[in-house]
Amino acid sequence: MDFGFKLSPSSAINLDKVDLSRFEKLHGIEPDIIKCMACGSCTSSCPANRFSGMSLRKVILDLQRGREKEALGMLRNCMLCGKCTMVCPRGINTRHLILSICRIYGEDGK
Amino acid sequence: MKENIVIIGGGIAGLEAAAQLLSLGYKPIIIEKSDHLGGHVAEWNCLFPDMTPARDIVSSLAARSADANIFLNTEISFVNKLKDSYNIMLSNGISIITKIILVTTGFSVFDAAKKEEYGYGVYDQVITNRDLEHWFNTGEDKRVNDCGMNAVGFVHCVGSRDEKARNPQCSKVCCITAVKQAIELKQKFPDAMVYCFYMDLRMFGKKYEDFYISAQRDYGVRFIRGRVSEVSENIDGRVIVKAEDTLSGKPVKVTLDLLVLMAGMVCSPDSTRVANMARLPVDSDGFLKSEDNVADIISSPKEGVFYAGACTGPKTVPETLAEARAAALKVHLYIKGLE
Amino acid sequence: MIYQGKQKIWADYQKEIPDNHWFYVRSCIRQNFFPGSEKMFLEICRNVLKKDFFETEYHTTCGGIAYHCDTIPQETVMTIVARQFALMTEAGYENYVASCITSFGNYAEIIETWREFPEVETRIRELLWKACRREFKIPKNLAHASDLIYKYRNEIAARAKYRLVNRYTGEPLKVVEHIGCHYAKMFPSKGVGGAEYPYVLCGMIESWGGNVIDYPERRHCCGYGFRQYHVKANRGYSLSNTYKKFESMEPYHPDFILTNCPGCPYFMDRWQYVIAETEGKTYGGNGYGIPVLTYEELASLVLGYDPWDIGMQLHQVAVEPLLDKIGIAYDPKEKYKGLNEKDLMRPELPGVLRCC
Repeated sequence: MDFGFKLSPSSAINLDKVDLSRFEKLHGIEPDIIKCMACGSCTSSCPANRFSGMSLRKVILDLQRGREKEALGMLRNCMLCGKCTMVCPRGINTRHLILSICRIYGEDGK
Repeated sequence: MKENIVIIGGGIAGLEAAAQLLSLGYKPIIIEKSDHLGGHVAEWNCLFPDMTPARDIVSSLAARSADANIFLNTEISFVNKLKDSYNIMLSNGISIITKIILVTTGFSVFDAAKKEEYGYGVYDQVITNRDLEHWFNTGEDKRVNDCGMNAVGFVHCVGSRDEKARNPQCSKVCCITAVKQAIELKQKFPDAMVYCFYMDLRMFGKKYEDFYISAQRDYGVRFIRGRVSEVSENIDGRVIVKAEDTLSGKPVKVTLDLLVLMAGMVCSPDSTRVANMARLPVDSDGFLKSEDNVADIISSPKEGVFYAGACTGPKTVPETLAEARAAALKVHLYIKGLE
Repeated sequence: MIYQGKQKIWADYQKEIPDNHWFYVRSCIRQNFFPGSEKMFLEICRNVLKKDFFETEYHTTCGGIAYHCDTIPQETVMTIVARQFALMTEAGYENYVASCITSFGNYAEIIETWREFPEVETRIRELLWKACRREFKIPKNLAHASDLIYKYRNEIAARAKYRLVNRYTGEPLKVVEHIGCHYAKMFPSKGVGGAEYPYVLCGMIESWGGNVIDYPERRHCCGYGFRQYHVKANRGYSLSNTYKKFESMEPYHPDFILTNCPGCPYFMDRWQYVIAETEGKTYGGNGYGIPVLTYEELASLVLGYDPWDIGMQLHQVAVEPLLDKIGIAYDPKEKYKGLNEKDLMRPELPGVLRCC
C-alpha cells in the first residue's frame, strides 16, 4: 500500500556489520594506513579536490566505515601527482597507498 | 634542625617531598588518611609511556621516605592559626605545632556514575580506567570476560571538559592512559577490535605521540573522533555504544564486550577540607589556588603553606614528582629564611 | 544489568507528589486518540481512590503544539499558561496536574523560565491582566497524570482484580515502558526516576506484577515529533523512528507497551499497521501486533473495568491476545457497541496486521 511516505534509510554506520576483510588485506601491505590522524593536509593540497571532491582523508575513513563505493568513486579523480605524499606529516606513502587500494578493491571487476 | 614540617597526604607527591627533605636533614611528618602509602599510583599497574611498574615507583618512594614520621589511618581534625605557626590536631589525638604545611592531598577520580547515560554501575560491561588497572593487577573483575573479548571501547573525557559535570578542565592524563590501556588490552586480546572514542587527543608529553602511533600502527587500535552519547544493553548483555563519527559526519554505533570509561581528575574532597580548615583559596576549576599559576604554582597565598602535585590541578606522575622536589627545596629555603 | 544500580539512580530522582487536591487539565488530542483514558483517570482518582480532583470546562490548550511547531512565540504560550494557572488559583487549588506530556514539559519550562527571569513573569502578569483581567499563583506542585497513578500504584494494586501475569505460563508479563520525551528529557529532576532510567511507568509495572524490558532503543523518541508527523513530507521520519524502536524491542517478545504521552501510544499503535502494510512485518505473536496501552487503560484493566468501556476497541492493534493472557473477561460481541447498545460499526480489517 502506498501511503505517500515510507521508511527513511538510516544514515548510521553500524560497525558491527562493516566487513573489513579487504581493509585488513590492504592494511597487510600498507600498514601505515591506520597511522592517518585525519589532519586533512592531503585534501587541502590535492589539485583534484576542489574540482571533484577527491579527499584521501575521506577515502581512508570511508574504507574503514564500509563505504567502499564512495571511496572508490573519489579515487577515480586522483591524478597521482604525489603532492599528498609530500605533505603527509605521518610519512604515509599516499601515492603507493592509492595504487594499493585500487589493486585490492578493484579485484572483483571494479 | 628541629623545625616541624607537616606533609598532608602520603601519595607520591608527599613521599617524594619527604624523601628530599630527609636528605636535606629534616624529619618531616606525613599524615595519610588511608592504611597505605602511594595514593592512586599504588592502585595502578603500569605507567605510560615506558610501562614502568607502578609498584616499583611506590616502593622506591616508600623506602626513601621511610625515616619520616608517618601516621597512617590519620585525618586532620582541625587547623588553628597561631601567631606565627599552625596548630594541627590529628584524629589520633596528637597535636602538632608547625610553621610549615605541605599540602599533597592530590585528586579524586571523577565518579563515572554521575554520567548516567554511560550506565556505570547499571550495565555489567561498563568499567572505569581505575577498575581496569585493578583487573590488570589482580585479574579479578567479573565484568571483564576473558574468553569472549571481541570488541572493546574506551570513552575519553568522562567527567572532563564537561561543564554539565562541573568539570570544565582537561584531566590531562586520560588520553595517554587510554592509549596505554588500549595497547595493554590488545596485548591480552590480539583479535579484539579496540576503539577509542575521543574529542581531542592531547599527546603533550615525552614519547606520548610515539605511543599513540604505536597504538595505531603496531596494535591496530581504532580512534574514532566523537564523544559517546549513550550506552545501552542488548539482549545478550553486551553494550551498544552510540557516537558520531565526526570526521565522516555520520552517527556510528557498535556493540562491545567491554566499555572502559576514562574517568577524569577532580579536586579531592580532602583537599577542599584542608583548604577550608587552613583558609586556603580555591581556584575557579575547583582545585587549590596557587600564588601564581605560572611563576609560583607550589606556593599558597598563606604564609608557610605550600602545595605539590595534583591538589592544584591534574598532573602526570613525573610532573608531580618534579613539583614535590621543587616544593622540598622551597620549604628548605623558607626555613633558612626563618633562621 | 545491575538492578541495584538503577535503584540508586531512581532514589536520586524522587519528586514530591502531594496525595490529594489536584487541579486537572486535559490534553488536546488524547480524547480523540484514546477516548477512555482521561475519563478513567478521573474515575479511578475520584471514585475508586476517593481523591479530590477538580476540572473546569473553561481551560484551553496549553499552546504546546503551536509552540513546538514554531507558530506562536513563547510570550503567547506563557500567557495561555498564565490563564490556566489563574483558573487553578480561582478554583482554590495549588497542585496542578496535566494529562499531556508536552503540556507538562511546557509548564515545567515556563515555571523554570520565570524562576530564572522574574522580569518575564512580571511582563506575562501584565499581559494576562490586559487580556482578561485575571491574576494567578504559580502552582506549588506540578505533576503529570502518570505521576499520580505512580503515586497511587500500590493502592491500585491492593484493589486490583488482575495481575500482569501470563496465566498460561505463570510468568510475569514482559512489558516495554515508553516515556514521552517532554516528561523528563528537558528537566530530569522533574520526572520520577530522571531521564535516563525513568521509573514512573516501571513502578506501575512492577507494582502490578509485570517485568520491565530494558531494550537498547528504550530512550529513543517514538518519532511523533510535531514537525515530523504533521508535515506529510516528514512523515517518513516519524515512521522510521517507530520502526527503529520496534526492531530493537523485537527480540525481547514484549507482551505489551505502556506509555505516558498522548502521541507515543497513538503512533506506536498505528504505525504497526503501516509497517505491516509497507514492510510486511508484524511484531506480536501469530501475526498480531504488540498492544500499546496508556497507563490509565492499564490501571483500569487491572482494576477490572470492562475493556470495551475504557475504549480498547479504538486501538489499531488487537488487544484481545493480551486480555486472554491476563485472563480478563470480555465479550467479543460487545466490542463495537457503544453507550446504550449503539452500533459503532466495524472497521475494515487490515490486510497484513492480524486484528480481531
